[in-house]
Amino acid sequence: MEKQYHMYSEKVMDHFRNPRNVGEIENADGVGEAGNPVCGDIMKIFLKIENDIITDVKFQTFGCGSAIASSSMATELIKGKPVSEALKLTNKAVTEALDGLPAHKLHCSVLAEEAIKKALKDYYDKNGIEYDEDLFPECEDCEHCVR
Amino acid sequence: MEIYADNAATTKMSRTAIEAMLPYMEDIYGNPSSLYSAGQRARAALEDARERVAAAIGAEPREIYFTSGGSEADNQAILSAAEAGEKKGKKHIISTAFEHHAVLHTLKKLEKRGFEITLLDVHESGVIDPGQVKDAIREDTCLVTVMSANNEIGTIQPISDIGKICREAGVTFHTDAVQAAGHINIDVRAQNVDMLSLSAHKFHGPKGCGVLYASKKVRLSNLIEGGAQERGKRAGTENVPAIMGTAAALEEACGNLEAYAEKLIPLRNRLIEGLERIPYSELNGDRTRRLPGNVNFCFEGIEGESLLLLLDDRGISASSGSACTSGSLDPSHVLLAIGRPHEVAHGSLRLTIDAGITEEEIDYIVSSVTDVVGYLRSISPFWHDLECGKREHVFKN
Repeated sequence: MEKQYHMYSEKVMDHFRNPRNVGEIENADGVGEAGNPVCGDIMKIFLKIENDIITDVKFQTFGCGSAIASSSMATELIKGKPVSEALKLTNKAVTEALDGLPAHKLHCSVLAEEAIKKALKDYYDKNGIEYDEDLFPECEDCEHCVR
Repeated sequence: MEIYADNAATTKMSRTAIEAMLPYMEDIYGNPSSLYSAGQRARAALEDARERVAAAIGAEPREIYFTSGGSEADNQAILSAAEAGEKKGKKHIISTAFEHHAVLHTLKKLEKRGFEITLLDVHESGVIDPGQVKDAIREDTCLVTVMSANNEIGTIQPISDIGKICREAGVTFHTDAVQAAGHINIDVRAQNVDMLSLSAHKFHGPKGCGVLYASKKVRLSNLIEGGAQERGKRAGTENVPAIMGTAAALEEACGNLEAYAEKLIPLRNRLIEGLERIPYSELNGDRTRRLPGNVNFCFEGIEGESLLLLLDDRGISASSGSACTSGSLDPSHVLLAIGRPHEVAHGSLRLTIDAGITEEEIDYIVSSVTDVVGYLRSISPFWHDLECGKREHVFKN
């Protein structure tokens, strides 16, 4: 029997081919964007938040297969969750939920975590809610784009 | 529909090549270095293959060295010329910014050994001007190495003119003809080429077999030491079956160059014209001075790997110069060398077609790429920013 080889897990390919929560939310309660075109990936997250619960989430992604799959999975992981729980989302959780990513693609899950945190920060800022700055690492902390 | 459009990566072996190989696995499996007749039959076949390869590129049989592939041939050619130059105190090498890594990484290694490397600009067209070579040649130049045709954007370089300049200046000239051999005409004598590399699997021959042509005036150094095979310049028992396949494939391809170009160029142009209808897309490299089967585009607002995966779902095999497909952080050095900005280079697509392709298949590729690019743009925040004017387009509509 021919052994099947694919650099991506079936879960990654499923979320890449059929991404969940694609689109945008007009008048979103929080919007966050991570990455840049020079590096070849940008993720944008839109949040609808009611009574501290993420009632809806949408994303747009410019990037490779794992970037699209990571955004899709990340939105699934926070949908319907309280803001406090969404804040605890880690790139590791996104990667695990996707049954793993190739080593050189791990930054895609970092980007997904960052875009979501930026959207939550935007929500806090818009509503004058106080927060701990350390909860929101900056893009520069990631080594992906360091040249 | 299943369409293989990545012939610059590798090709399907031709029936002729496969059949030329089989007897040398089944019956005539002797070692060409052996004295008994089973070995000598293999030796006779090997020398026959050498003559046929030589004839296909206008060389003499004793100027043909079989190697493990194009990369080995490039390494040996460059390191040999460098060693010869070093002995005369000449440590300057001229090349171009968009060579294959087999050339560029070898040059990097020489740079660390104290060589000075001049990489010529390849312009937006992806074609160098022979005058650049003339201007760059110095007293201490020991080698000019310029590829015959680029592996990503397919642009064909003015090899004859460069050869003439090098001959007049007394500088050794090597060309990496891995993409050109079997696709466009090569005549090392007429083109004043001193060394040339080619790889069999790029013209429907077997993988793992290449050729280094080195003019009898050139002194080769060994990469691999050992037995006296290949006039003592490349040790190791010859891969006779692969060599027989190489000779058969090269002969077949070179005997058919005119018909190949006549059939393929209109199909290539149809593909280019079809893809150009996609808004904010642009062909990479000169429109006419390119290989008959090469099409390479950049599409704004999308990333190449996701494009390839979705095209694969539609049965189309292609490649991209995006960083994500190379495993590095930077997109293709070729696209950067012709002046494409990073964000555009990430959205590249290379389609390298073969003469077996039909008009219907070309049209299917065009409609598939149009659909997939449209879809990826619809989910791309980068594209939305371009559309609403938050970022500026690089290409015209």
